[in-house]
Amino acid sequence: MKEKIYRSHVLICTGTGCVSSGSKNIKHELQDELADNNLLDEIKIVETGCHGFCEKGPIMIVYPEGVFYCQLKKEDVQEIVQEHLLKGRIVDRLLFKEPLTEESIPSYKDIDFYKKQHRIALANCGKIDPESIEEYIANNGYEAAGKALTEMTPAEIIEEVKSSGLRGRGGGGFPTGLKWEFAYKQDSDKKYVICNADEGDPGAFMDRSILEGDPHKIIEGMIICGYAIGADEGYVYVRAEYPLAIKRLQKAISNAEELGLLGDNIFSSGFNFKLNIKKGAGAFVCGEETALMASIEGKRGMPNPRPPYPAEKGLWGKPTNINNVESYANIPHIIAKGAEKFSSIGTENSKGTKVFALTGKIKNTGLVEVPMGTTLREVVFDIGGGLTEGKKFKAIQTGGPSGGCIPSNYLDLPIDYDSLLEVGAMMGSGGMVVMDDSTCMVDVARFFLSFTQSESCGKCTPCREGTKRMLEILNRICQGEGEQGDILLLEEFGHHIKETALCGLGQSAPNPVLSTIKYFKKEYESHIYDKRCPAGVCSELSAAFVINKEECVGCGQCVKVCPVDAVIRDKEENYSIDDNLCISCGACAQKCPVDAIKQG
Amino acid sequence: MKSLEELRELRKKVEKEIKMRKDNSAPKIIIGMGTCGIAAGAREILQAVMEEINKRDLDVEVSQTGCIGMCEKEPLMDVKLPGKDRITYGNLKKEDVKRIIVNHIINTNVVAELVIARLEE
Ligand SMILES: Cc1cc2nc3c(=O)[nH]c(=O)nc-3n(C[C@H](O)[C@H](O)[C@H](O)COP(=O)(O)O)c2cc1C
Repeated sequence: MKEKIYRSHVLICTGTGCVSSGSKNIKHELQDELADNNLLDEIKIVETGCHGFCEKGPIMIVYPEGVFYCQLKKEDVQEIVQEHLLKGRIVDRLLFKEPLTEESIPSYKDIDFYKKQHRIALANCGKIDPESIEEYIANNGYEAAGKALTEMTPAEIIEEVKSSGLRGRGGGGFPTGLKWEFAYKQDSDKKYVICNADEGDPGAFMDRSILEGDPHKIIEGMIICGYAIGADEGYVYVRAEYPLAIKRLQKAISNAEELGLLGDNIFSSGFNFKLNIKKGAGAFVCGEETALMASIEGKRGMPNPRPPYPAEKGLWGKPTNINNVESYANIPHIIAKGAEKFSSIGTENSKGTKVFALTGKIKNTGLVEVPMGTTLREVVFDIGGGLTEGKKFKAIQTGGPSGGCIPSNYLDLPIDYDSLLEVGAMMGSGGMVVMDDSTCMVDVARFFLSFTQSESCGKCTPCREGTKRMLEILNRICQGEGEQGDILLLEEFGHHIKETALCGLGQSAPNPVLSTIKYFKKEYESHIYDKRCPAGVCSELSAAFVINKEECVGCGQCVKVCPVDAVIRDKEENYSIDDNLCISCGACAQKCPVDAIKQG
Repeated sequence: MKSLEELRELRKKVEKEIKMRKDNSAPKIIIGMGTCGIAAGAREILQAVMEEINKRDLDVEVSQTGCIGMCEKEPLMDVKLPGKDRITYGNLKKEDVKRIIVNHIINTNVVAELVIARLEE
């Protein structure tokens, strides 16, 4: 097999984010343009997985120069072909501009968003064609599996993973090597390896991006795990809402089978391994390991008490190792490069890197991978580019619906499992939502709790009833019917549910409420006692908007946008707002061309 | 997959494929693709370069540049070997490409009679 040599590779991101912003059209247009200019023989188009910088999609990178073009439109393609690919002139207007300096940055490597990152799990994402096993192999793929199966004993592999300090990336942070050892020590005719790709946290998409961008890495991680614990079969549990991830994984599995990297007697080691995909129906609780296994078995996805742990009695009663996608994605690197290299990154008790899905009120949203111990400030301001125009940082929410809100005085906190727990938040699977001063923290708590409440499977009472009662209290508070004692009641409920719920869903559901009470108690008190929402979000508790007569130019646009007809025009053409009707939505203030409308 | 050696053999075959996406110390060929260059036949030169590279399975980075003000000497092509001077060849014809690639890139001998400029390292 001799591959043709091209003078240029054009990488187009076809991760889910860029596809929805139109990257497929860009690709087709490029194909047509290259054909028209007789360039198809010289220039290769490569579809890649997510580059992480979804905010700026669709993204294209042109090699050998490594020029990064972003926010492309179909109409831009012709110019790129004519100017760059034909004449070697970089198209300046399509380059990324650093938000702070307005400077355009031609090269991928020099963009702040990427410069501060350290990519292990995402190393190949956006750099290779995920549907080509050859490109994965060209990047040292399957070398670690080969080394593990032919040169290492299972005990040696487990020792290596243990000493790397890798902890589970799915939320709990349990030491991966230790988990493997439990499964390894079980005596059984059959064992299983499971990859948890359920990824239920709202807003999280790191696991999806790894599966879409580098599926072979997960297969390789699972082969190594199977060999280490003595399992000959594995399952990847992916939610059915991830069709592209499933398609690419399916293709990767068949390609690996064709090359004999899955199947019988891999690397002539006598080790057999078979991989299946199981599609999940998207219930949040099915990400919990015992519920997940019940779901694979065809039962209703509900958690079971532990012990027994999956390592003892897992899938179909057999010893099972279950890890998250990102956990497996770190394994080939650890085996190939050694535990020491991996553990040289990070903090005392949290080694390596972590991928976060960065969203909310910041300039550069997207997927970032940083060394453990990076501070929140570095993530928000250096990589994230700071808050959107004119906004002030208020809090950062980590850990999704199981996590908590961290206020600005902890911005210099180094991110790791333990430091986040200490401040009442959580690493979780890696969601990170930045909030500004227009965010109401009571409303945020209510949002996350309503998610967990509706996802509660109903098996245990504390979670089923408790989250419902807490949500009722929060709803009352946001509607201006909060009473003295509500805060105490919320705290009491929260602590009880945490201690008594059957699984992690209930045990962590109160976290968003408890952490916002801890850091933003004043906001709760304003809602309850002053009947006021300081951020102006809860409409029943927000002051009505007022039109400043001096500044008003009488254009009447506010009348048109008001959803409740609260803007009145009198005979003299003076405009005013009826504060009995106003629901404080702010639509008029946003529309006003002269900023004459303010919240009173 | 029978052995680690078999995997490494396969890797050797496919790794050229993606080499250009990594930091590269391969020899570089730069072709003048300004309007003047294209008018003088730079496209054919570029195509001939790609043909040679493919035929000989060479590891060379090919890029383009705009007009450098020597329009009457187009088509122009620069060759830069790692650690060596950047040599500019001019008034090229398609047939010259093979000579330059064989002599300069493969055997590191500059084709003196076609050189019109030299940029020191
Ligand atoms: C309600 C709930 C949802 C969960 N969802 C996920 C998930 O989507 N992905 C995941 O990897 N782990 C999830 N977990 C954690 C798993 O139970 C389990 O700890 C994890 O898959 C172990 O892998 P790790 O050690 O590699 O992190 C969830 C836990 C709970 C309680």
